[in-house]
Amino acid sequence: MTSIMSKPPAKNSIVTVGAAGQASAASAEAPEIIRANGVSLYYGQNKALKQISLGIRERLVTAFIGPSGCGKSTFLRCFNRMNDLIDNVRVEGSIEIAGHDIYGPDIDVIELRKRVGMVFQKSNPFPKSIYENIAYGLKLHGTTQRSEVDKVVETSLRGAALWDEVKDRLHASALGLSGGQQQRLCIARAIAIRPEILLMDEPASALDPIATARIEELILELKKEFTIIIVTHNMQQAARISDHTAFFYLGELIEYDQTVKIFTNPGKQQTEDYVTGRFG
Amino acid sequence: MNRAALSSQTGCNPFARVHGDATSRIWTGLTLGSTLVILGILALILGNIAWNGLPGLSFRFLISGADKDMFDVEKAGVLPMIVGTAARVILMSLFVIPIGVVTAIYLNEYAKSTSKLTRFIRAAVNNLAGVPSIVFGLFGLGFFIHFAGGSLDLLLNPKNSEPVWGKPGILWASLTLAVMTMPLVIVATEESLKAITPGLRDASLALGATKLETIRKVVLPQALPGILTGGILAVSRASGEVAPILFTGAAYYMAHYPHSLSDQFMDLGYHVFILSTQSPNIDQTRPILYATVLALLLLTFTLNIMAILLRAKIRKGMRAGH
Repeated sequence: MTSIMSKPPAKNSIVTVGAAGQASAASAEAPEIIRANGVSLYYGQNKALKQISLGIRERLVTAFIGPSGCGKSTFLRCFNRMNDLIDNVRVEGSIEIAGHDIYGPDIDVIELRKRVGMVFQKSNPFPKSIYENIAYGLKLHGTTQRSEVDKVVETSLRGAALWDEVKDRLHASALGLSGGQQQRLCIARAIAIRPEILLMDEPASALDPIATARIEELILELKKEFTIIIVTHNMQQAARISDHTAFFYLGELIEYDQTVKIFTNPGKQQTEDYVTGRFG
Repeated sequence: MNRAALSSQTGCNPFARVHGDATSRIWTGLTLGSTLVILGILALILGNIAWNGLPGLSFRFLISGADKDMFDVEKAGVLPMIVGTAARVILMSLFVIPIGVVTAIYLNEYAKSTSKLTRFIRAAVNNLAGVPSIVFGLFGLGFFIHFAGGSLDLLLNPKNSEPVWGKPGILWASLTLAVMTMPLVIVATEESLKAITPGLRDASLALGATKLETIRKVVLPQALPGILTGGILAVSRASGEVAPILFTGAAYYMAHYPHSLSDQFMDLGYHVFILSTQSPNIDQTRPILYATVLALLLLTFTLNIMAILLRAKIRKGMRAGH
């Protein structure tokens, strides 16, 4: 107990901000693709998200950070309505994607999830071949022509920086891949159906540092084409790859700004305490 | 006791065994003993049947039709009983597996696990498993034959006084057995649905699959070995059952094979019962009795092995990633 209480302020209190963070000043003008207005979410009686409003800009990487249980993953799952699958969840407020309220009455959740892809914390390839994993989404949405599927499988695997490693064993089981490869396969599977937005829920938290570095490189590459929102526990990671960072605490959005600012000159004391490692 | 004290006790091993291994040995002995008792009983039964049954189990016996004089060692055969039993078990599987699997899918994938209805259905399924098989036989007679069959006759052929469906037949026997084995299939399927990594369902839904597509393309292929396990259990249970078919379809003797779903059939298990209760000379018919029992066991094993091989093939296919 005492050792935790008396922990001195972390030595690396100011995390190095990477290239992405520094470049973000210029990208502040990118148009907003997502607009959340007063979003609250309840698990039964328990209010897990409290009146969150923010805008996500197109083709940038936005990081959600905060201690466990702060609601960042829950909020992320609002954007493709994966929370719908949990019993007794109620969402208030509105989330607009490209100007359409995704909680509106005439929204087709299937279409929404086609346009808002997701990569999960624990890599979850289907117990099928590598090829079939990627073809799965395509076939769902009506691409059945063999040559077309072949082409998308290749471009998606290239896009996820996995092609060279698996091109000779496309029809081998995806479960034979390493953890990092499996996660890149999940990314390839998500981008195969050409979403506009990619949600990533701690995509590298179960991976070793080398595999993590590869995923981070990949994210920087992917943001040329996709708007990426990433939830992460790793503050260095948020600093390295994101343009904007939102800090959540106890279901509230505490601060949302350019990553450089969050990590070098945060506006709120709570944010500073968190990014310097004083709590959380 | 501090570390200094521990090491200063010269000549005293601090790790000396104090937890008596006598208890542990007795316990091991007890568990091993009861396992051996069970194995012994099984060996005794199978050994007895094989020893007494093999001499009578000639090729001629297996491929001969039933003779009018079924107690004559020279003429008796069991082919019609083998065909009848196999047919009713396969027919039952066609009913029980789809219905049981769909029920399990509803309970596990659609129903809210906390709702009163779900809890009621689960309790009903569990109670169904505890109902004595003769009660299923009587239920089959009342519901399938008198109610369903009787209504069918009225509907199809109101003028004919001779019942076609409103009498015992292989369809009704199979349906009765399907009701009896339903809990086995439901429980086995539900267990295998629960064992699927939850992340797979999320992955499919997040790609824009509907719930039905997710169940068809991701959930069911994964659950297939578990479903087949349920099928194997149902086949094992049903192939030797006599009580449920006693009133619903089994015939004492038939000169021909069943050629319609409304026909009766001869059955190995029921034939064992007939041989042991109706014989005019028990000692003379004993070889036929043993050989028939052995044939019943072999048929059950064969049906099981076929299902197990099918399951192994599917598992192998899954590991290969297709």
